[in-house]
Amino acid sequence: MTSKTLNIEAPALDFGEHWEYAPAPEGTKVEIAARYGAFINGEFVKGHGRKRLATVNPATEETLSEVLIANPKDIDDAVAAARAALPKWKRLKPQERAKYLFRIARRIQERARELAVLETLDNGKPIKESRDVDIPEAAKHFFYHAGWADKLDYVFPGRKARPVGVCAQIIPWNFPFLMAAWKIAPAIACGNTVVLKPAETTPLTALRLAEIFQEVGLPPGVVNIVPGDGTTGAALAAHPGCQKLAFTGSTAVGKELARINAGNSKRLTLELGGKSPHIIFNDASLDAAVEGVVQGIFFNQGHVCCAGSRLFVQEDVLPEVQQLLRARLHNLRVGDPLDKNTDLGAINSASQLATIQHYLKQGVAEGASLQQIKTKLPKKGYWCAPTWFEGVQPAHVIAREEIFGPVLSVMSFRTPEEALTRANNTPYGLAAGIWSDKGARIFDIAAKLKAGVVWCNTYNRFDATSPFGGYKQSGFGREGGRHGLLPYLELS
Amino acid sequence: MGMNSSKHESGRPVDPVALEQRAASFCTRSLKKETKAQGLRLVVAMTDLTTLEGSDSPEKVRSLCRKALCPDPSIPNLPQVAAVCVYPKWVALAKECVGDSGVRVASVASAFPSGQVALETKLADVREAVAQGADEIDMVLQRGAFLSGNFQEVEDEIRAIKDACESAHLKVILETGELGSMDAIAKASHLAMNAGADFIKTSTGKIQPAATMPVTLLMLEAIRSHYLAGGGMIGMKPAGGIRAAKEALHYLVMVKETLGNAWMTPEWFRFGASSLLNDVLRQLQRLESGRYAAQYDVTET
Amino acid sequence: MASSTPDRLSVLKTYKLYLGGAYPRTESGRTMPIHDAKDNLVAHFCLASRKDFRNAVGAARKAQDSWASKTSYLRGQILYRMAEMLDGRADEFCQALVVGGHTAKQAQQELEASVDRLVAFAGWADKYSQILGCHNPVAAPYYNFSVPEPSGVCVAVAPDESPLLGLVSLLAPLLCVGNAVVALGSQKAPLATALFGEVCGVSDVPAGVVNLLTGDRAELLPEFAAHRDVDAILSANLRPAERRILDLGTADNMKRVHHEKWGKGAIMDTSIMHGPDRLLPLIEIKTIWHPVGR
Repeated sequence: MTSKTLNIEAPALDFGEHWEYAPAPEGTKVEIAARYGAFINGEFVKGHGRKRLATVNPATEETLSEVLIANPKDIDDAVAAARAALPKWKRLKPQERAKYLFRIARRIQERARELAVLETLDNGKPIKESRDVDIPEAAKHFFYHAGWADKLDYVFPGRKARPVGVCAQIIPWNFPFLMAAWKIAPAIACGNTVVLKPAETTPLTALRLAEIFQEVGLPPGVVNIVPGDGTTGAALAAHPGCQKLAFTGSTAVGKELARINAGNSKRLTLELGGKSPHIIFNDASLDAAVEGVVQGIFFNQGHVCCAGSRLFVQEDVLPEVQQLLRARLHNLRVGDPLDKNTDLGAINSASQLATIQHYLKQGVAEGASLQQIKTKLPKKGYWCAPTWFEGVQPAHVIAREEIFGPVLSVMSFRTPEEALTRANNTPYGLAAGIWSDKGARIFDIAAKLKAGVVWCNTYNRFDATSPFGGYKQSGFGREGGRHGLLPYLELS
Repeated sequence: MGMNSSKHESGRPVDPVALEQRAASFCTRSLKKETKAQGLRLVVAMTDLTTLEGSDSPEKVRSLCRKALCPDPSIPNLPQVAAVCVYPKWVALAKECVGDSGVRVASVASAFPSGQVALETKLADVREAVAQGADEIDMVLQRGAFLSGNFQEVEDEIRAIKDACESAHLKVILETGELGSMDAIAKASHLAMNAGADFIKTSTGKIQPAATMPVTLLMLEAIRSHYLAGGGMIGMKPAGGIRAAKEALHYLVMVKETLGNAWMTPEWFRFGASSLLNDVLRQLQRLESGRYAAQYDVTET
Repeated sequence: MASSTPDRLSVLKTYKLYLGGAYPRTESGRTMPIHDAKDNLVAHFCLASRKDFRNAVGAARKAQDSWASKTSYLRGQILYRMAEMLDGRADEFCQALVVGGHTAKQAQQELEASVDRLVAFAGWADKYSQILGCHNPVAAPYYNFSVPEPSGVCVAVAPDESPLLGLVSLLAPLLCVGNAVVALGSQKAPLATALFGEVCGVSDVPAGVVNLLTGDRAELLPEFAAHRDVDAILSANLRPAERRILDLGTADNMKRVHHEKWGKGAIMDTSIMHGPDRLLPLIEIKTIWHPVGR
């Protein structure tokens, strides 16, 4: 590959073993019970369900705990509790309701270290991320929404705001604690009550959050946590006692939930999958762009709905981008998630790893060129080295289907129009990234991208004040910000 | 050579927000045990032990050189520092003190720190230092001309000074705290490299801000860009403002993860510091003894 | 405040100003003694001078830029901390209000309302720009948006009645949007003002963002109006003659002067006192254009 700007005879940079970082394990120990049931009406209960699932540490494959698979009777109990708690909760003086949320936020901050370690054990993500991103953002989410509780009549001009009622919430395994915060905080700030089902493989931090609800004296029934599997989720989603259903997960399941609820008056918000594109123009700061791309697809092992999994690079800077990408990936450390220097942790489950490996084979079969940095992966656990494909064509399966792993597809373009067309050519529309130094172009492309979140010269930035959600088959409804309150309110 | 390609690179925009964030991420690396001990020793070996005061005297310079040769006798296998850095007047004395130990003598020159004199005077300054035996020359970029857009003049001056250095290696001090923007620092970096600098250096240490991690990262990325375009290796020296050993270790992480192993030696990376050395020594003492050191456990120069 | 032994003298104090993050005495050396309802001496308070005011404005100006540059989230957190610290000193403040003439119940209500007010505006900090700012759909290829920015250095003149709540009702919205404040507390009952300075000291409030003066309103109002480095003045329940003095400040250098009028019971009405419209006189709207095009 020749290039005007690169002398290919300059030797590559050497990022081999020299001044190796010694292990730096996070020392905090966390208590985990052998079994967990559900949290209903302010109490931890055994539950009616007869079956349990083993929740596993994906980095070591050891079982952390056995958790209830809640059955329809458990769901009935939970919905009944939420229904019973609703009148008092919604009539509470808004300023007083706010104080519960402030207390929850504070308590999360006080128990932050414990929560971060537990999240890493159950999910597989690096402790650096749970400590620096997941847990603090969850606390901020409660702080932000606490402040809205007494201000809801200002959310939409000329309209009085009232709660919707009992909200069913189903969350995924990629950001277990943060997704619980994203769902629960706005719902209860608006005077609703909640039945939340955490993901099958990651129930532990939601149950720990329930302890915090108890600590702050949240009235019983305001939030109920029912762990379980797909059957639990289906029962909850279909339950007629709920006025709202909020779901974050795969597009396939989202469509099923929409089908189940067709014709009833349940409010629905769905936050589904994505195949989000980055567009790097030749006038971008390439170091910043490469860093953003790496953060966009390898952060959280690529288990992010808005992961930037398709990369479009303007052709004249493609060689340089590839070189910087390779150099950057040499310094991405894969390994023990509890090591403070780990950048990329374990894949969440054996089945997700199988899915990713299926796509890697697919990509090779389609003729794309698989690239990986040689890394020593641990023997036990579910691991995938950061991977990118070069020579990808837009028609390739790996360029169209969501892989949900640390796998990037690299393509090129010549003109902005071409980049835009290719970026939009997908049934998904969750997020997109634009890298350019030219403001006018950024605003123009941002206006034309069919995506609910457009990051310009940055990626994967989240804030409680900033509405998040997708276009097209990435779902509908927004979370965060003023717009994120609307799904939880009746305006009249 | 990569001359034309470097001119193209110097036009590439930089992103200050991204630089801040990337720089901050290096500070999350947790360096323990052997990694920490090795790193601290490397910091010592990379130190340009510096005294650049109006009040410098023969005793001050002798004392500095003694410290440079043996920073702390109580710590086993401690390397020497890379160099001592003094005003031209003290080069001969410093050379005498360090002898053939391998510690280099670096001299600031070209009317440090402001550089606000005629080119001829600067060249005389440099030649004098070289004649007295300086192994390295740290010159200052002409900031006034640079900020006025007289880039050719600035570049020509560096070439002339490089010439006058003969076999001494040349560091160009950009004085990043005066340049006003990350873009300007990137441009100055490429200008200096194209003009023949062996090292690019952040600051004189006489104004605030001196070296910071985002600015250093920017310069390391400029060096990388220059190298990948075939321009060869250039060294880097952050100077001033780094006082804590912990900070210095984060700088090393930044070098390692940006440029890789080839730059992790005193040949290609230096710390311009005075009080940093003592903090590093106290940390090494603690690693040896398990106890926090007192102020008096290391010598002041 | 009786001693546990008959011959123990209590340590009398003069309450100092809160200025630039420190607690200096008035440079004028003057104090005003305040007595309670039974005519017992409560304490001496500083009678702030024109020079104290000048120093306070200087401190506020130095601090304002960086206060406004902090994230809204952080400003909200600091206001929330002020609420927590105030709540922690509830007894002390209630006692202070009783000394000033409140009943115990009134004092308790005023204290609680003050804490809640700080919490309410802590909550507004990262939301008001979503209500007061907007995107403007101009009829040309430009991205156009209006953002609220703080006025800058503001003077707040608190009413005599409700010595704590009155002060907090002015401070909270001013700080929430990023202004730095020089406030003159109640003249009749300055103890709450002095104590509130201590609350600011333990609440991570950056030095100079809040400056609290006690003193003679009649003496100081003309100074407030005349100082050209003051961007805005906010007052509550002033008499017409007092309002006129301040309004002349607008005539001088376009100070934004806003007088609130709180009717009977209004100060306790959160639907009035916690509305985002109260922020409008304390901000400037900046509208930014940027072309949109390849």
